[in-house]
Amino acid sequence: MTDSRRVPIAPPAQLPSLPRPGWGDRVSDLFYALFAGVMNVLDVFFAAIQRWIGSRRMAYVFVLPNLLIFGIFVLFPMLLNFYYSLTGGTALFPQSRPFVGLQNFAHLFDCANFLNPNTCREDRFWRGVYNTVFYVVFQVGIMVLVALLTALVLNRTLRSRGFFRSVFFYPVLLSPVVVALIWKWILQRDGLINAALVSLGMERIVFFLNANWAVFWVIFISTWAQMGFYMLILLAGLQSIPSELYEASAMDGAGRLQSFRHITLPLLMPTMLVVTVLALIRAVQVFDQVWVLTGGGPGTATTYVVQYIYETAFAGQIARFGLASAASMVLGIALLLFTLVQLKVGQRSDIGA
Amino acid sequence: MRDPLRARMLRVLAGLLVGLLVLAGCVQPAPVPGAAPAAPPSTEVVELRITWYDDGNEGEILRELLDRFEANNPDIRVTIDTVPYSSGILQTLPVQLEAGEGPDMARVTQFGILARHFLDLRPYLSNPAYWEENFGPFLNWMQAEPGGNAIPGFMTQLTVTGPFINRTLFEQAGVPVPSDTSDQVTWEEWAAATRQVADATGTFAMAMDRSGHRLAGPAVSMGATFFDEEGHPRVVDDAGFRAMAEYMVQWHADGTMIPEVWVGTAGSYQAANEPFINGQLVFYMSGSWQVGQFNRLIGDAFDWEAVPNPCGPAACTGMPGGAGLVAIGTTRHPQEVARVMEYLTQEEVLAEFYARTLFIPGHLGLAAKGVDFAADLPQALTSLNVFAGEVGKLAPLAYDLQAYRYNTILFNAIRDRLTQVFTGELTLDEALQRMQDDIDAGIAATQQ
Repeated sequence: MTDSRRVPIAPPAQLPSLPRPGWGDRVSDLFYALFAGVMNVLDVFFAAIQRWIGSRRMAYVFVLPNLLIFGIFVLFPMLLNFYYSLTGGTALFPQSRPFVGLQNFAHLFDCANFLNPNTCREDRFWRGVYNTVFYVVFQVGIMVLVALLTALVLNRTLRSRGFFRSVFFYPVLLSPVVVALIWKWILQRDGLINAALVSLGMERIVFFLNANWAVFWVIFISTWAQMGFYMLILLAGLQSIPSELYEASAMDGAGRLQSFRHITLPLLMPTMLVVTVLALIRAVQVFDQVWVLTGGGPGTATTYVVQYIYETAFAGQIARFGLASAASMVLGIALLLFTLVQLKVGQRSDIGA
Repeated sequence: MRDPLRARMLRVLAGLLVGLLVLAGCVQPAPVPGAAPAAPPSTEVVELRITWYDDGNEGEILRELLDRFEANNPDIRVTIDTVPYSSGILQTLPVQLEAGEGPDMARVTQFGILARHFLDLRPYLSNPAYWEENFGPFLNWMQAEPGGNAIPGFMTQLTVTGPFINRTLFEQAGVPVPSDTSDQVTWEEWAAATRQVADATGTFAMAMDRSGHRLAGPAVSMGATFFDEEGHPRVVDDAGFRAMAEYMVQWHADGTMIPEVWVGTAGSYQAANEPFINGQLVFYMSGSWQVGQFNRLIGDAFDWEAVPNPCGPAACTGMPGGAGLVAIGTTRHPQEVARVMEYLTQEEVLAEFYARTLFIPGHLGLAAKGVDFAADLPQALTSLNVFAGEVGKLAPLAYDLQAYRYNTILFNAIRDRLTQVFTGELTLDEALQRMQDDIDAGIAATQQ
């Protein structure tokens, strides 16, 4: 009896032959083999280490290469800088430099009135400090505000949104020296802006000979050049805010300003904090762009602390490495304080959240 | 059971090994038994490096001269590393020398402060007497210790500071050039005349390179003494220096001086040659090293020429100076460096160098004979004659100042503090005190 449910099985068709491996496959095989070989060798090596020190301590082994790089290129120079700050003379190598203790720091802080640089023994350092403080407050304040506004606008549904995001970000890709040179050509006596002013029958303005104009342009140009980077971080922060919150607030009758104040701002605060601290640290280190743009002038109107350090150590005929190192220690401590404040505020906002 | 991946890996590795062996065989042919041994490599070529800067065409001329040297000395190759004067020679080179990483030779202007890094070529020279005879006075500038007798190098140019004028602008303004009718024109007279020309032609009256060295000659003319009785530099109560500083303050305040040069720059040397070349300046206080550049870049586009140094109550002097090619103490090839130096200081070689670069000779023999400068332009020849005449009028104090070991500390303090007066950051009294403090602190730092 035959089973009517049995389905007749067709004779097996001939399977299509697999394509012959091409050069691409062979190369990838080769790389895979090399990779596997290297990994096998490493496996033997790390297995031996793990047997020796135990699996709990293996994390230190993996951190070690980075730690070595950090130690050689960051920690060691910092310690060396500290030692230099305790030495005097003009010799380059530490073993040839006389130990002077805290003399360089005493020299820097020898001031009758800290609010008036002319009463300080190292007046150029204090001019640099005041210029830097002014720059940091205004440049960071303006830049974070403009970056936030730009991010808010570019977070909305706009035509050509991608284009505008690129336009604001592209200056970040330029070297600070290139940025400074471009703006120098625009702003100099016979530059683009003055050509336009003259063609309109107005008087020329020599921007870099007037302290106020010079400071204005330094802040404007650095804001223009860096703002895109911080805008991008803020944009990412804005996009991480769940849209349901806005929908719920709209249903509750909240207006745009109320939504911004009670939803956007509180939820964006951690990102704002990161942006502000990053901008602060970068602003304190201001040097290259301004050095090319104004050279620190007119007079010392745009001479900042890092330029003072550079000139004291390298640009003068007498290389006062000790004094420059002491000034850089002071700058480093200021940056450390900024970072600690950031950590503290960050911890507080985490607890609040 | 064998792991198929491992088997394949082993096959690939074996293939790689074979491939590498084949490649190695191709690169290094096996020696043929009985064949002659390969010839030993030719004599090793010593490479020497010169750190150099250019005011005009001197780098090109030096390269041509060295090409001839290399053709006759195949065991030496000389590379010229051309760097900017301010950042390369004034800022980077001293750090390189301090670190023991300097070149074999360098063209420098700040002899006193760098002298301890120079190599004394005397033991390597075939005829040190020739050097003493022809470069003697300038060798004094290159000594690490006062009274030393080292021979570190030679002067690629002797320079004299002095002013250039744009005669075409005077003619356009209908103002007579003061030095046409008088041998001794004061700074005030020049300032008044150039202001008239500038007003009539819409240009700037005067400019001076942003350099303490450039200001020193005029200050000596105004009666500056620069040193106290013990030979220590002193400007704080120097009446002559103050008089010149007051002129500078006044000329910056009333627009006589172009402001970009001193006010628009901070912390570094700045030349004012560009506005002069562009025809925007009536009077430019600089020096003889500009002649070659003006000859090339201005040509006969307008009438330019050097005029004698303006006068003050004490003198009508500029400052001597110059650039020298010196051997560096850390060179590993002192013999070869000496051979290059001996070639470059041969009278006919130096004569060609000075003639084609339009530099005032720093070789006494050539200076006495005269150099047949390779310039057709009357403007260049007139200027060279004027500067040659100025050499004889330099005040003794100007020579002392140039020979003073720490003169760059003095010049930089003057430059930077005076700028702060122009911008209103300091009063002149405060600036003079700051200059003195900077000078004292700088010299103290070198002696720690």
